[in-house]
Amino acid sequence: MKQSKFLYALIALAMLLAIVPAASAAPNTAVACTDTHTVVAGDTLSLLADKAYGNVKAYWPIMAYTNYANLDDAKKYPNKITNPDVIDVGWVLCIPSQADATAFLAKFDPTKPNVGLLFGTPSSGQLQVGNWWTSGGEFAGINGVYDLYKKAYPGVELIHAGIAGGGGVNFQASNITKLQAGDPFDVFMLHAGKEVIQYDPEKYLTPVEDIVEAGEGSVMPDDLKKLLTYKGHMWTVPLNIHRGNVLWVNKKILADNGLTAPTTFDEFFTVADALKAKGIIPLAMGGANKFEGPQTFEVVLLGTVGPDGMLGLHDGTMKFSDPKVTEALNTYKKMLTYTNQDRDSLSWDQATKLVIEGKAAMNIMGDWADGEFVHAKKTAADYEGIPAPNNKGSFLLVSDGFGFPIKAPNPENARNWLKLITGKEAQEVFNINKGSICSRTDCDYSKFDDYLKSSAADFKVSRVIPIIVHGSAIDPAWKTAFTDIVIKFTADGDVAAAQAALVQAAKDAGVAQ
Amino acid sequence: MKGKGWERWAAVLMVLPSIILIAIFVYGFISWTGYVSLTKWASTAPDYTFVGLANYQRILFGAGIETQRFYIDIRNFVGFTSLFLFSCIVLGFGLALLIDSRIRGESFFRSVFLLPFAISFIVTGVVWRWLLTPGTPELGSTGVNKLFEYIGLGFFKPRWFTDPTVFYIADNTALGGFLNQIGLSFVTNPNWGISVGTFSLVLAATWQLSGYVMALYLAGMRSIPHELREAARVDGANEYQIVRYIYIPLLTPITLSVVIILSSISLKLYDLSVSMTGVGPGFATDTLAFNMFETTFKATRFAQGAAIAVILLVLVSVLIIPYLRYSLRSETTQ
Repeated sequence: MKQSKFLYALIALAMLLAIVPAASAAPNTAVACTDTHTVVAGDTLSLLADKAYGNVKAYWPIMAYTNYANLDDAKKYPNKITNPDVIDVGWVLCIPSQADATAFLAKFDPTKPNVGLLFGTPSSGQLQVGNWWTSGGEFAGINGVYDLYKKAYPGVELIHAGIAGGGGVNFQASNITKLQAGDPFDVFMLHAGKEVIQYDPEKYLTPVEDIVEAGEGSVMPDDLKKLLTYKGHMWTVPLNIHRGNVLWVNKKILADNGLTAPTTFDEFFTVADALKAKGIIPLAMGGANKFEGPQTFEVVLLGTVGPDGMLGLHDGTMKFSDPKVTEALNTYKKMLTYTNQDRDSLSWDQATKLVIEGKAAMNIMGDWADGEFVHAKKTAADYEGIPAPNNKGSFLLVSDGFGFPIKAPNPENARNWLKLITGKEAQEVFNINKGSICSRTDCDYSKFDDYLKSSAADFKVSRVIPIIVHGSAIDPAWKTAFTDIVIKFTADGDVAAAQAALVQAAKDAGVAQ
Repeated sequence: MKGKGWERWAAVLMVLPSIILIAIFVYGFISWTGYVSLTKWASTAPDYTFVGLANYQRILFGAGIETQRFYIDIRNFVGFTSLFLFSCIVLGFGLALLIDSRIRGESFFRSVFLLPFAISFIVTGVVWRWLLTPGTPELGSTGVNKLFEYIGLGFFKPRWFTDPTVFYIADNTALGGFLNQIGLSFVTNPNWGISVGTFSLVLAATWQLSGYVMALYLAGMRSIPHELREAARVDGANEYQIVRYIYIPLLTPITLSVVIILSSISLKLYDLSVSMTGVGPGFATDTLAFNMFETTFKATRFAQGAAIAVILLVLVSVLIIPYLRYSLRSETTQ
């Protein structure tokens, strides 16, 4: 009896211990400034050193500590000192304690200045990059940027937090819950545009217009800037520009059958009829990622209502009850009869692969498909990516970028990442691999493939229309409804029901119909 | 006596952590979900503004795609569950009978049939996805359709989960016309049908779980006293009659458990359809759980997702509570 009492008590104690949270003390990494000095006219570092330490030559520690402080908290100490002879009025300097200064001078030899000591070795800790690029050209692209980052900040442990699947929704689920829990990724991937609404940027994200403007503001298209801005701030640092309305053509199949790539819906159906008669699949289409059908429909819709109509549908100046929308639904429905039967068993890239392998003639997809052609070692002789039928002059835009959570665990590393991706070098390595053009206009396209050269040229002369199915043009709830409506329509072909649902979805989103 | 009191307290102390944890992490979270479903939380930041039953109204009686998708999911649940239960019970019972006949290598076959149960639905889904990928007429068949070609069944080319067809009683059929006349016109609608995609899911799910059902039945059969069978044989009953009049009645409690367990599995079905078919053509293989996930994290309508979760819970309760009452009652009578 006594023994069992003891046992009970022991177990109870163990349980109690288990629920007492383990206290953890975070190491204090803040730079110790005993004094903060704002430079006024007439100040020099020597004078300040004399005042603080009684030694006119002890200006080195002030310079070094100011640089450390700048790395640590760029808001409070916005400037770096690169030349001890040059300081300016208004600069905020960090004055270390006498002991720190002496210790610094003991280490530092002014005749052989140690750059590491003067500017600090700031970048340590981690950088978690949340994204859904895990395979193929997409991963090759982001991995190229990782290499650049690692070279620039070797002390940082870079973590590729890639979550694949569900057309991004799996990543989004993880990202949202991490934001809510106050333990977000340092930076996370999102599409420029209305997608940011779901993240409640004013509450969870740091505005990034300073980084964007400093990094690529002068060379960025205005349309993109407009798209990035929500409630007066930019919340996304863009990395690229994708085109969503591209018709991918297997040149050989068309040439063998004496056909040319269609530029209008009528031409498309003529070509498709000829191919179908020969037992060739005219249009490859996927369905497993859910967005393939909806994106194809969006392209058809854009081709039917035109760029102004499309923008009108986004903001309600054109109604979804418009007969043009009916026409688009019918065109899409007709188009489906020229696709492969097993749509829903193929992902978008498997559908593209049918065109690459010569098993189907055409595919309507965004230009992330270009990476698949490049990956399969296809050249301009084998394939081309041209504006989808009736889409010439419109550029359906998707832009990938990164957001910056307020609670990023390593904000300085995150900031460095965001600065890096505004740069030409990072954008070139990323976009050559991913099959997109840069968000800055001064990339060197001689290194890009033929399709991307044509896309960059097209971008300059086309109307830019943000895309619906990837969340740029409309908010996520409306986007999901739009996608679901098209998925249902793709199966049942009920035009009236689909149009009624489109009208209802717009109403639900608060857009007058 | 004194010791007994102490022991009782110790017992309470021992179960207390589990009671507290269950109270918080099960019932607390259920209540929280219920509360959230009455708010208008629709982006990352919680918004607890009370909106009453608006989210339920939107799902159940709305005019938008959410409502349509919800009823398609209910249709899929009904179709899937009935087919799945039927095939699992028939197959599981049959296998159990075979193994119960004391064949040689019994334990080997038992393990073989039970093994799929040990596999995750994700793996099952991926494998059956490959098997049932149909191919196209232009490029030739793939998967099992290819197999059919090899064995001379090339004419049989089901499109499996890529087939958007929904079987239902159409208005223009004799039965449909009759139903319309007697005021049941709502039945003559695809929402009262069964999608082809569902059959593919049932195939995979049955493959996975019929072995489990077999194990349950086998345990039941082994607990039937030998004397009953002997007595029946002496009275001149044949094997069919033994199964029909002895096994089936005595195994009713097992059947009830199987029905309850399998239907709650099918109500919560998520991983199988996600890894195998996704939502399928026109949501042919969509499930309530998948819908809840997408509503919450894709459309970021947290409150509406919570409402779907509550509806799901109510539906599961409708299945589970009678079972719990039944098993509690039989425990007390024992």
